[in-house]
Amino acid sequence: MSAEIELRAITHAYRTYSGRLPVLEHLDIRMPPGSFTAFVGPSGCGKSTLTKLVAGLMRPDEGQVWLGGQMVTSPRATVGMAFQNPVLLEWRSILSNVLLPLEIVPNKLSKSRRVARARELLALVGLSEFEDKRPSELSGGMRQRASLCRALVHRPEVLILDEPFGALDAFTREDLWQTMHRLREEENFTAVLITHDLRESVFLADEIVVMSARPARIQHRMASRLPKARDLEVLYTPEAVEMLAALRRQIQIAQGRDAA
Amino acid sequence: MTALRKILVPLAAILLFLALWEWLVWAKGWPDYKMASPSDLWPAFWKYRWLFLENGWQTLWRTVAGLLLAVVAGTGIGMVMGFSRLAREALYPLLVGFNAIPKATVVPIMALIFVGEHDFNTIMIAFMISFFPIAVSVSIGLSTLEPEYRDILRSLGASQLTVFWKIALPKTLPEFFGALKVSVTLAFIGTNLMEIVSPHGRGLGALFDSGKISADYPLMFAVLIALAFLGIVLYYIVVALEKVFAGWAERAPG
Repeated sequence: MSAEIELRAITHAYRTYSGRLPVLEHLDIRMPPGSFTAFVGPSGCGKSTLTKLVAGLMRPDEGQVWLGGQMVTSPRATVGMAFQNPVLLEWRSILSNVLLPLEIVPNKLSKSRRVARARELLALVGLSEFEDKRPSELSGGMRQRASLCRALVHRPEVLILDEPFGALDAFTREDLWQTMHRLREEENFTAVLITHDLRESVFLADEIVVMSARPARIQHRMASRLPKARDLEVLYTPEAVEMLAALRRQIQIAQGRDAA
Repeated sequence: MTALRKILVPLAAILLFLALWEWLVWAKGWPDYKMASPSDLWPAFWKYRWLFLENGWQTLWRTVAGLLLAVVAGTGIGMVMGFSRLAREALYPLLVGFNAIPKATVVPIMALIFVGEHDFNTIMIAFMISFFPIAVSVSIGLSTLEPEYRDILRSLGASQLTVFWKIALPKTLPEFFGALKVSVTLAFIGTNLMEIVSPHGRGLGALFDSGKISADYPLMFAVLIALAFLGIVLYYIVVALEKVFAGWAERAPG
């Protein structure tokens, strides 16, 4: 079951040696169940902080995070995370890496049911032949696919993606985007994507949120005008090109390079 | 062919070395009480074979006991330092200072304070000299754990203990075994220092000392060879353990 994500009046600052460093200011946004929202914005604007707040790893100074009608006060098993660094455990096989969350999250699944679930996801991302390999034997793109499987194996209501494709080459990244669409068709989650790549946000998201420079506020929200089912060709349609151009303008404003 | 070569080349080098040594002693005409030659070693060893067995065992078990103590204490200190920045800042200067003291100077102190407690003395020195690399490697291994590893488990509600067992501990094992290889050699040095210095000592160090007192060079050199043998055995036991527990860290060649 996918859950609604709601950020209510979130303000957050880091305490550093040189004093308070405000990162997020008055964030108010509601992401409906099953939606896919991309957050884009200048580097260091606090986007990763946002993921930690949603995951319950940190609590905001002010405001609240609500997941599926419950206020988040601590980490919860209904969240899956994937980062730019796939952080697979080198001493485990790919299959065993994917199984890791099921060892942590309370569940009544038998061993064979767990393995079946992991295999189902690995097949979905095209890694069936590699389940017995060690992470070091896989390419960067394959490791990221495995990392996505691990993020989803416990059927989380919310999937948090913190630049998961950022370190990949352009072709691999486009492959992974398509994999992401396939996962969305088969699995049921509400996704939050942090990215620097505007094409990625346009290709994957239902809504794109542009954040301002630090302290980050919501500067602009853009609902996707693209059809639900997408292939890479969609990026060359006039709608997508228009969206990209508008987003680029917004980013320039966010960076303070454009007074408009 | 290559397997044969792997054995023959080192063997030939050892034989050549022994021949040069034998020749040097023979050419200089050095008597037994001045310098031993390789041909003296086996007779010396055979003559004292029971002493070698008994003292070799003494040295071995005390080294291993000291090393085990170092593993337990070193891992404990490393864990505290790895998880708490406060502990790291507090303990690091102390540890570095303690490590900087040459342990040879601590040996007489220990021998005096705990006079007569030979086993205890020896194990303590072996421990003191060998725990430092273990503590440092474990603390560095834990403190450099990328935060994402922690977040992956913590975001699922895992406790700190689970994070430690599932991720931090296994991830630190390669560094731990690297340090253990250094420590096993150090512990051996510690044991022997105490055995040589301590009055009425036991172990191969004491046997070496009695050889020194009677200027029995063949005996002294035979002890050296026995020590080298024990050191090699201990080292490869650690290597074997590393293969079992941290073999994953070894990348396939190419």
